[in-house]
Amino acid sequence: MNMNDLILYEEPRIGVFVCDCGSNIAGHLDCADVAEYAKTLPNVVYVKENLYTCSEAGIVEIKKAIKGQNLNRVVVASCSPRTHQPLFSSSCAEAGLNPYLFEMVNIRDQCSWVHMGKRDDATQKAKELIRMGVAKSAGLEPQEEIESSLVRKVLVMGGGIAGLSAAQALADMGLDIMLVEKTSNFGGLLQQVHQLDTGGSARALLSKIIDDVQSRSNITCYTKAIVKETGGYIGNFEIKIDTQNGLIKDKVGCIVVATGAVPLIPKGLFGYDGETVISLMELEQKLKKDDLTARRIVFIQCAGARTKEREYCSRICCMIGVKNAMIVKEKYPLIDVRILYRDMQMYGTHKEQMLWDARGKGIQFDVYNPDNPPEVKEGKVSFFQSITGKIIDLDTDLVVLSTPLVPRSDAPAVANMMRVPTDQNGFFLEAHAKLRPLDFAADGIFVCGSGRYPATSTEARTQGLGVASRVAAILFKDKLVKSAIVAKINPESCVGCKACLTMCPYEAITYNRDKRICEINEILCKGCGNCAATCPSHSAQLCGYKPEQLLAQIGAA
Amino acid sequence: MTNDILVLGGGIAGIQSSLDLAEMGFRVHLVESLASIGGKMAQLDKTFPTNDCAI
Repeated sequence: MNMNDLILYEEPRIGVFVCDCGSNIAGHLDCADVAEYAKTLPNVVYVKENLYTCSEAGIVEIKKAIKGQNLNRVVVASCSPRTHQPLFSSSCAEAGLNPYLFEMVNIRDQCSWVHMGKRDDATQKAKELIRMGVAKSAGLEPQEEIESSLVRKVLVMGGGIAGLSAAQALADMGLDIMLVEKTSNFGGLLQQVHQLDTGGSARALLSKIIDDVQSRSNITCYTKAIVKETGGYIGNFEIKIDTQNGLIKDKVGCIVVATGAVPLIPKGLFGYDGETVISLMELEQKLKKDDLTARRIVFIQCAGARTKEREYCSRICCMIGVKNAMIVKEKYPLIDVRILYRDMQMYGTHKEQMLWDARGKGIQFDVYNPDNPPEVKEGKVSFFQSITGKIIDLDTDLVVLSTPLVPRSDAPAVANMMRVPTDQNGFFLEAHAKLRPLDFAADGIFVCGSGRYPATSTEARTQGLGVASRVAAILFKDKLVKSAIVAKINPESCVGCKACLTMCPYEAITYNRDKRICEINEILCKGCGNCAATCPSHSAQLCGYKPEQLLAQIGAA
Repeated sequence: MTNDILVLGGGIAGIQSSLDLAEMGFRVHLVESLASIGGKMAQLDKTFPTNDCAI
């Protein structure tokens, strides 16, 4: 019997730490009174009020009390467990107490914040919440964290600039990479680009990166290959790739989705015919081949973007339109270049300057109204110029439509296979717009490049390099350690009704046909408790939130 | 080669770099010229579009 088991048979010795949070809590309720009250609760042997429990001094107090007072449960009454629970429970662990014997009570959000100005009520509620927390903590059980092995190999889906950059950086770190590209060439969308906005040739930049990637012994490149199946979980994904040499099965620790986006083909828009009315990408081809005969060119921005059908702004087309207009003007100064736009989105100081430089070169800019869009007819573009109130007719030999990047047609299939979400526009949706821009909500799967949202080559590369860092933060560990707050199903009482299986948002539950019961994969389980709440026979239970623990808490209310 | 990394600046970029590097097992020294870390983001109330509290 180890130390942890012994705790179950010991009398609970609970320490309660009441936090002032400066004046954040103490300014709106009587913390000293709350602390005095906590001393009277059953099994509470030690109470301490701190100015800031999360400060170094506060943490030292907790550790000292665990050892000095021989505490076997700790309750902190302070702020949100979302932000501070990991700090307090790991501090308990450092003092030798199992971290799952820690309980947190939120008297800031739930008392001082919501009952601001009602000091007595807030104080009373804080006492009651602490009473409930103490009651629950007495029944807490020590838990062992779940460990699993890691495969130090990464699957990168998509060989555009984002995927190539991710593969390069991961290879630098010494990890093994499987780089899978659907087409026969690496380089993605950038292969179609003539010159970069920074002046260099796109081909030259790409060749350098592709050569480097192909020369690495730890990157295995697959072209004309498709990822057919992905299963398993973080650290141990099982994948199947359809390659030119047959089906390959392998295991990887993490997956990077860098599948990119495609330019909208503007069929049916502004008289698009691919000859005198072309898309921005087709202009890039003409520039590449030095095949420009037109003398009067009109660019129409937002062609097919920011419409009812496609509401989003593709963000990069203003810059690409202006870039190409400048390339044309520099090479053929006599060509008349006009840009019709709704708003210009030239974000960043460098690109904002580009816009002014373009005006300086004699490129003419005119605003058009989306409710009254330009008309393209027989060598003429007509638009309503609001500043003069007149319809202006422009004679033109070539119309260039700046079309947005749109999600690939196979993006839904990829999303479905990986079980990752897409947004309302069909782009892959990251876990958090601000804090986790390169992670999917599913652990161990990451996203970079234009598959996430239209990105410039610089942004796609930055994201690729960033993803490598996110992957390394997982795969550089010896093993995967995850919280023990997971659900367990008692095989003795489970009748295999599958109610839990349908409720699990993480697909962590499977039905065992032989035993006719449901089983939980602890690594996939996120501890949401849906199954425990659903199970009619209480066979599914969430560790740390068992019925007896919750009932004790409710009973003390 | 030492296993230590110096991160200059404790705004959101410096903090996230430090966290990822620490996860990878490096010893990180995060240096901020002001009295607290958090940078510009710490001055924001809410962040778009999730309305999360910035601090």
